[in-house]
Amino acid sequence: MTVGLRPRRPNRIRPSDAIRSFGVLGVSLVLTFALFLVTPLDGPLGFVVLGFALFISLQYAVVRQIMDRKHAADHIATIVVYASAVLTAMPLVFIVGTVVAKGIPGLSLNFFTKTLEGVDPSAGPKTGGALHAITGTLTQVGFAVIVTVPFGILTAVYLTEIKGRFTGIVRLLVDAMSGIPSIVAGLFVYAIWVVGPGGGFSGLAAALSLSILMLPTVARTSEEMLKLVDPSLREASLALGSPQWRTVWQVVLPTARAGIVTAVILGVARVAGETAPLLMTAFGNDRVVNPGAALHEPQSALPLFIFQQLAQDQRERAWTGALVLIGLVLILFVIARIVSRNAKTTR
Amino acid sequence: MTASISPPSIAPVDDQPRTLNAPVSRGDRIYRFVTVGGALISLVVMALIAVFLFREAWPALSKAGGSFFTTFEWRPDDDPAIYGIGSMLFGTVVIALIALVVAVPISIGTALFINEYTPLRFRAAFVTMVDLLAAIPSLIFGLWGLAFLQPRLDGPARWLSEWLDFIPIFKTKVPIFGSSLFVSGLVLALMIIPIITAIARAVMAEVPRVYCEAALALGGTRSGMIREVVLPFAKGGLIGASMLGLGRALGETIAVALLLSNDFRIPDNVLSPGGASIAGTIALKFGEASTNGRSALVAAGLVLFIVTLLVNIVARGVVTRTKEPAGAKK
Repeated sequence: MTVGLRPRRPNRIRPSDAIRSFGVLGVSLVLTFALFLVTPLDGPLGFVVLGFALFISLQYAVVRQIMDRKHAADHIATIVVYASAVLTAMPLVFIVGTVVAKGIPGLSLNFFTKTLEGVDPSAGPKTGGALHAITGTLTQVGFAVIVTVPFGILTAVYLTEIKGRFTGIVRLLVDAMSGIPSIVAGLFVYAIWVVGPGGGFSGLAAALSLSILMLPTVARTSEEMLKLVDPSLREASLALGSPQWRTVWQVVLPTARAGIVTAVILGVARVAGETAPLLMTAFGNDRVVNPGAALHEPQSALPLFIFQQLAQDQRERAWTGALVLIGLVLILFVIARIVSRNAKTTR
Repeated sequence: MTASISPPSIAPVDDQPRTLNAPVSRGDRIYRFVTVGGALISLVVMALIAVFLFREAWPALSKAGGSFFTTFEWRPDDDPAIYGIGSMLFGTVVIALIALVVAVPISIGTALFINEYTPLRFRAAFVTMVDLLAAIPSLIFGLWGLAFLQPRLDGPARWLSEWLDFIPIFKTKVPIFGSSLFVSGLVLALMIIPIITAIARAVMAEVPRVYCEAALALGGTRSGMIREVVLPFAKGGLIGASMLGLGRALGETIAVALLLSNDFRIPDNVLSPGGASIAGTIALKFGEASTNGRSALVAAGLVLFIVTLLVNIVARGVVTRTKEPAGAKK
């Protein structure tokens, strides 16, 4: 009796549905395979496309036997939606797989401890390394963080705490900034810094162009994090008589600290792999440039290293560089997730 | 609630909150000043970008005049300097359109999958996966497209040119494929899928749940509910999401620079090598360009900046309006 009172879930997948669908899938795969044997069709992509088309038609025909047209169409729509999710997921798997497979052979300790200074470009992928590029990326991203974080946080504080008359225009401009093509950020820094007061290509110029690309991410993510701060905390602080700046500095920002760290890490992940702006700002260098010298000297960076190795047809080195770069970005991404998850549980 | 208790004969007491005129302390004045100054950095940067790009671009722009938009060649450093962004503009737009045609249906499908089809406990995992795809640098997309995708697209391109050659863009005279607008467009599609998916998801999550439930309660199927309730409600936002993807595709640089053959004639089909894009050209030609060449490249960048800015602002406007409907229909 109690069974009848349980709510029925309209979209639950029933076992009979699942068995039927998998049966139809199996039959259509076998049919496709048979077609490929007897006809001159070939190619893995053709197999997938033909198999999918067969699956959809067969599924419709089978479901139509037991349900009305509306429900049969619903079955097809479900398959199409699942297929598009698979199409989105596949590149991620293939990209990471390809980069790992092609990058591992060139990976050695040399890659992290040596530079390309004085290395004959055609001497195998394991001679020389990318120390100059890795340190370059770290330096430029570090400078970019120092420049961006104060502005990003101030923008977020303005948008959530002050809400003055510029709120609309600031939000619009930050959004518009997030759409600036990275190459334009590079051209801008070239025009305002490299040919002007900067006096030439430098790691600092690269950091400035990265800051422009990083600011919208940091500002908007921090804004979302500040919005999560419980309003009663703010009100309590103000009611105790503390001025606004003290409320923001000692209550709001510390509460959202983990969220702001997440925002900064996401911003770093966003720019660490940027290549285009570095072509006209950092320019590249074959030796390690220390942070002080990077203020006025050309410097390499990991993406630049990959791009230049590719241009010289040194594919192995390029792939190893890509592996290190993607590893760096993914590690940052995972750290950001962990930090923001902890933020949610401790608040 | 209290208003209904008070007798109607008495005029309602002024229940407006009274305004507090507490003096703003000096610390707060400094705080506000600093914060406003920091927040206006975006305004300052955007203005400076426009001014400085224009300043650097002016020599080449004034020299070329209106022909900058109509010339289909790029030799700014030759003695009779002939240059214009005609062919690049063409290539940029075609690649972006190919990317949109491929990416928009897949993105909307993925967004629907995450919002409507995935069990709740797997939803976060799929959202993370889409974010992860967005975090992969465009250089890696380009490298992968070059080494992995391009060789595998040879067969499909051959098939398109053999069977669909009645469509002009697929008609090839010489069966050589790759380094084409088609391959670049496909790789760009993969890059903009996460962007469109994320915004489409946010927009479709704003559809009032009661309407969805009403559609299901009336005996509608899930696909019927999506077609009749979710998609019409979210239409504007989906257009905005696609435009944001378009803005990203127009400005994408390094992947296109690696994939496209970058020559300045207008290709007569999308499958053979040929075509150039604005951003890709800037990246590839900047190193070798001399004075007028660099100025001309900055001018091309200025055009790109203005176009992407307009696309982005319009798109954001559309998305915001859909997400916060004026009539507050909830």
